[in-house]
Amino acid sequence: MKLVVCHVTLLDGTDFTCEVEKRAKGQYLFFKVCEHLNLLEKDYFGLTYKDNHDQKCWLDPTKEIKRQIRSNNWQFAFNVKFYPPDPSLLTEDITRYLLCLQLREDVASGRLPCSFVTHALLGSYTLQAEIGDYEPDQPRPLDFISQLTFAPNQNKEMEEKILELYKSHRGMTPAQADTQFLESAKKLSMYGVDLHHAKDSEGVDIMLGVCANGLLVYKDRLRINRFAWPKILKISYKRNNFYIKIRPGETEQFESTVGFKLENHRAAKRLWKVCVENHSFFRLNAPEPPTKARFLTLGSKFRYSGRTQAQTRMASSLIDRPAPSFERTSSKRISRSLDGAPMISITEAGRESAENGREPHLELHSDSKDHDKTQEEVLKHQASISQLKRSFMEAPPSSPPQPNQWEKRLTSSPATIRLQQQQVVSVPQTEAATADNTISDTKEPAKTTEVEIEETVVIQEISRAPKPGLVTVAASTPAAPSAEQEMREQEVEVQEEAAVVEEAKPRKEESISSESESEEEAEYHPYLPVSISHTQIPEEKEEEEEQEKQEEDKMPELQVLASDASSLPAKVIQPAEETRREEVESKKEDDTETEKTTNAEEEKEVERETEESTDDPMVTPDEAPNGLTLPKEGVTVMDARAEEEEEPKMNGEPSLTEAEPLPQVICCSEPPVVKTEMVTISDTFAAQKTEIATKEVPIVHTETKTITYEAAQLDGNGDGEPGVLMTAQTITSESLCTTTTTHITKTLKGGLSETRIEKRIVITGDCDIDHDQALAQAIKEAKEQHPDMSVTRVVVHKETELAEED
Amino acid sequence: MANMCPYGHFTHAVVRGIPETFGKKAGDSQENGEVSVDLAKAQRQFGCLTGALRQKVGLQLIEIPPDPELPESWKIEDVAVIQGDTALITRPFKEQRQSEVEAVRRVMSELNLTVVEMDGEQGDSVGATLEGSDILFTGREFFVGISSHTNRRGAEVLADTFRDFAVSTVPVCDGARLKNICSMGGPNTIIFSNSDGAKKTLRMMEQLTDHHYDVLTVPEELAANCIYIKGLSKRDFLLHRPADECPDSVSAFQKLQDYTLLPTACSEASKLGASLSSFCLLVNRKHTYF
Repeated sequence: MKLVVCHVTLLDGTDFTCEVEKRAKGQYLFFKVCEHLNLLEKDYFGLTYKDNHDQKCWLDPTKEIKRQIRSNNWQFAFNVKFYPPDPSLLTEDITRYLLCLQLREDVASGRLPCSFVTHALLGSYTLQAEIGDYEPDQPRPLDFISQLTFAPNQNKEMEEKILELYKSHRGMTPAQADTQFLESAKKLSMYGVDLHHAKDSEGVDIMLGVCANGLLVYKDRLRINRFAWPKILKISYKRNNFYIKIRPGETEQFESTVGFKLENHRAAKRLWKVCVENHSFFRLNAPEPPTKARFLTLGSKFRYSGRTQAQTRMASSLIDRPAPSFERTSSKRISRSLDGAPMISITEAGRESAENGREPHLELHSDSKDHDKTQEEVLKHQASISQLKRSFMEAPPSSPPQPNQWEKRLTSSPATIRLQQQQVVSVPQTEAATADNTISDTKEPAKTTEVEIEETVVIQEISRAPKPGLVTVAASTPAAPSAEQEMREQEVEVQEEAAVVEEAKPRKEESISSESESEEEAEYHPYLPVSISHTQIPEEKEEEEEQEKQEEDKMPELQVLASDASSLPAKVIQPAEETRREEVESKKEDDTETEKTTNAEEEKEVERETEESTDDPMVTPDEAPNGLTLPKEGVTVMDARAEEEEEPKMNGEPSLTEAEPLPQVICCSEPPVVKTEMVTISDTFAAQKTEIATKEVPIVHTETKTITYEAAQLDGNGDGEPGVLMTAQTITSESLCTTTTTHITKTLKGGLSETRIEKRIVITGDCDIDHDQALAQAIKEAKEQHPDMSVTRVVVHKETELAEED
Repeated sequence: MANMCPYGHFTHAVVRGIPETFGKKAGDSQENGEVSVDLAKAQRQFGCLTGALRQKVGLQLIEIPPDPELPESWKIEDVAVIQGDTALITRPFKEQRQSEVEAVRRVMSELNLTVVEMDGEQGDSVGATLEGSDILFTGREFFVGISSHTNRRGAEVLADTFRDFAVSTVPVCDGARLKNICSMGGPNTIIFSNSDGAKKTLRMMEQLTDHHYDVLTVPEELAANCIYIKGLSKRDFLLHRPADECPDSVSAFQKLQDYTLLPTACSEASKLGASLSSFCLLVNRKHTYF
């Protein structure tokens, strides 16, 4: 493999150089940098590069670096990507320190505007953090302060104020000073706002600001509009237009779409990506399943692939290492200035002088601890840190795979191998076309051009398929299988129909000739996170009960289901024919689940999409649970947060089940227990619902393949005994090319404790990666990790991209 | 941020006396036949208001003597916007009022505030006009009512002056001023009029804000303008229009828990489109950075 040298500018202004393989992914370089920085809470950060048009872009960790930079300039910068709204919730000081460095630059460059006093205050904390207590015998402190850059228009008066405030911080530790710095900075109105130039519909220059709470619209410095994430139904771009579809307010009947013009399509796409990422990071519990489904579609299939804030916070809470010692910036900058960089004149603005202009005699380590340690101790410490880091990331060990029974089966049982062709996938589509009964007034667009619809639905199907099919409500019901089946089918139909309408609508607005624009448009439906992922446990056990019907079609991913051997005696492997049927069916289930995951608001959306009407009594009750009530009379609440924080729905909340317009079919026919479970489902999975509207004909060709292995197991679950959930846990870890989601549930069933571990391993890699080997590896690891457990099911879904994507 | 602290802490109030030309509009003294105001009553009401601020609330009062040449100078709220230790001297819409700022500027300097001027003659802010009665500062952000007297340029100058804060522009309907339809009623409370126009503005504010506020709705528009001050020993004081001026709104104010309500008459100023808050500029000299 050819190696290239990457240069990464770090936040303290230093350069980090490392070699990577020419075909390495962004992630690889990013992890290298984080390792160098000793940073664990890395999800708030990212790497940027300058594109051919000198625009700063985020390096996509999941894609090859080479394809992104599109030049031979392997020059990057390490930056904060998501500004945590409350930095005090970060676990480690080192993370806060890096955030401080970013903010210092933001402030000094004017990107983060602040008033005179705030500049002075932030500057004083910076001094305290970087050089420690003010020394009264320090000669001419003002001279030294004036050599640092704190503000874009720094003057003597400000420097005096900085000094005055700095004197008052005596005794504050560097970490405390950083914390104070962040407490002040986070309240600035432009904190964490990523600004993009745009024009409104009338061609007036505006700025669009993307932040944790939503999208802000500025004209000059004035805020003229704001769209909180919960108010946004859809984000899309097409060519150089950027659109957001807004949820109707209390007095409006229909959703509206607001369009903005960006400079060019690249700018529109960049803005769209930032929106998708910020929404995912701050609003979702887990990222939407990456849209592998969209291999078959046009437009960007980009989704945020990292951990969300909720996930990173959970992961950070597990960090258990001694606080890493690190050097605060000053010394490095000084050494650079000693390297021959001339002292920069006071008037020089920008970072340069901040980096170079430090006086050598102020070289002070803020972490005095370091000095007391011997070199050896430091090294030992570093080693233990990297150890910790490894275990934190749970990177799979790289021992060569040993053939075991499962692998042998994998390579030698054609009966269970089949190609997942589009025809198979599109089975439910025919149902969708015929079933018009559940949603009245389904508009015709679905039928305007049959071929297109078919394509759309196929895409939709596949897009559904990769969703974790964790839930099967019908499973635990005592109802006859056939009845279940029917119900399920009905639901599928409903869903399909909604989907078709969703899909087809945009198509109507467009000419079919839009193939060539594939690159230039994409959509994203922001969904609201409702609760933390481990609340999905109640469904988990139901899923187990109908385990053999479950299919995990997540593409390119392996799933290993291991369950406690003692409680699950053997079961005969199903004949291939059967499996195949099951698979198709389970797809439907997936749809069903998807549907259920729809929380009330999304249902509303679907409903609106299909009916364009708010008079439907089904819709009105929906409003209440969404927490979108607006002030009316007397003492009311004008509450941005109320609007944004949806109340988690309570299990079995009656109004809810009645209100749910789409999946209620099953609601009514299920026992109350199931009903409550279902509500929970819609809560937990709302975040993962992908409803991807496509308007285009596919140009990216993919090959998909699904292999299913079913362990012999006795169906001990068919008795419908729900079991008592003891504990549940979801762990996500990622290494360079795999993401492993481990879901562990412990249930108590008739005195037997059952532990079920579900691993979902997503292997993203180019064709070089031997997926079979990766699978073998995964199974082996699963077995090694849990020697007392047996593997009951393995589903391999492989999707190979044939055409070069974006 | 250095300047972020809950709304309501003030140490000083700056007021300007009622001149004998009260009721005459600046610049067009002869055309003012349509409104008849009672000068003596206005001065009595002014005395009551300043008395309440000094004796009940405990603020230090700085009174700028009236100037008969400046018949509207008692509406001192219009000529400066003060936040923290910065005072932005505004540029009132009427040219005749623009000389009102001189005396106020002096007082601001004497109070050791950082005085920021608004240059409406040249540069980016040419033509900018801004009046304090179109500005609602909530302690966390500014709302600027775009009205007949305050334009977007003026709002931009405000935003440029107070950079720590979000400055949002909101529409104000029916020729009203923002402070006619709403005012602060507590660190976290905005008092709002119930009129349709006010509701429109409220909806826009709700859309624009990142923060949470309680909204106290009052049935009479006149009642929506109050003065809230967190006084000595953390007591909440609210100066509001008395029952004989706004009979239906008194009950709304009584919903405010543990407030000291100070009914303050304002009928004469009200005839000229002004209200309680028009009379004073509130300053906090004990402003701390941390």
